[in-house]
Amino acid sequence: MAEFSLPANSRIREGQRHPRPDGAARPKTFRIYRWDPDSGETPRVDTYEVDLDKCGPMVLDAIIKIKNEQDSTLTFRRSCREGVCGSCAMNIDGTNTLACTKYIADVAGDVKVYPLPHMSVVKDLVPDLTTIIAQYSSIEPWLKTKSPAPDRERLQSPEEREKLDGLWECILCFCCSTSCPSYWWNGDRYLGPAILLQAYRWIADSRDECTGERLDALEDPFRLYRCHTIMNCTKTCPKSLNPAKAIAEIKKLMVARR
Amino acid sequence: MTLRSPLGRVRGLGAAKDGTAHWWAQRITAAALVPLTIWFVASIAAMAGAGHAAVLAWVANPVVAILLILLVIATFHHAQLGMQTVIEDYVHHEGTKVVVLVLVKLAAFALGVAAVFAVVRIAVKG
Repeated sequence: MAEFSLPANSRIREGQRHPRPDGAARPKTFRIYRWDPDSGETPRVDTYEVDLDKCGPMVLDAIIKIKNEQDSTLTFRRSCREGVCGSCAMNIDGTNTLACTKYIADVAGDVKVYPLPHMSVVKDLVPDLTTIIAQYSSIEPWLKTKSPAPDRERLQSPEEREKLDGLWECILCFCCSTSCPSYWWNGDRYLGPAILLQAYRWIADSRDECTGERLDALEDPFRLYRCHTIMNCTKTCPKSLNPAKAIAEIKKLMVARR
Repeated sequence: MTLRSPLGRVRGLGAAKDGTAHWWAQRITAAALVPLTIWFVASIAAMAGAGHAAVLAWVANPVVAILLILLVIATFHHAQLGMQTVIEDYVHHEGTKVVVLVLVKLAAFALGVAAVFAVVRIAVKG
């Protein structure tokens, strides 16, 4: 039946409180989820105080500062620090977003930082993306054609190219999929908004010749139709994309080809 | 424990090539239920305080009887489609899921047939 009891690691205890740096004029409190698989302990929330006068404006700046100066064991992913790589996706102030584009000033009160919801945790703020990357791989996210390769580029009209706007910008941070209750409950079979937006990116590409096969692979009560238009995906997307609309377009094509 | 690759697990049994008819039927019945339900509720409200005979005469009217049967079919069809979605969302034990799905579908069908029979019986007997 449905599960009503939570696993042991869902109980989060109060962790360590790291002292305020000396002479901090503008201290800000960060409450960060910590879990170390090697310790055998349940997760905890550690408290750090950062002097905003000596820190960059973004949440990622503060987390890097904490790791550099207060606690080198704090573990997280980051790379580009400018919102194009998707590595530092995490739950900040109750919303999935990118730590590198989230202003500390936009958070009232303590800054609560958790890993992306409902994913297995590898350590601290690092979620296990094995399944979702396999799901991305399963939609075969590359141009597929039947006609022989031309001697030059495959042409696309400006209007056809415009249809990819709002799709190609996706950086696969998975903020959307991990904010989706349907993906939480059935993430092993439902592809989730990020992967379905990516699938639609290839369905909408005028140069792709395997649209029908792509729709075949999605036409499934779980892979596609677990989407119940909850819209958390669109609300949380840090790139302001609309995965819910992409999924709706796929559903329209499913009806159109009947 | 499984040593199956993540891609193997995700590809699983493949796409069922199903779900579109379910999704479309859910939308069509929903659209049909908007006017039917408003008409039904308004009609019942208008008959507040009317006697048993007056209500029987209302049901026996051919247009009313047909609309009532359409309302019953759309309601129970929509309900079992929606219940199926809810069960598939939340019940993760395969055996329990199948049993509950079958029970819900049979119950919806039985209740729908009973309701249609009631309307037909009143309409025919006048």
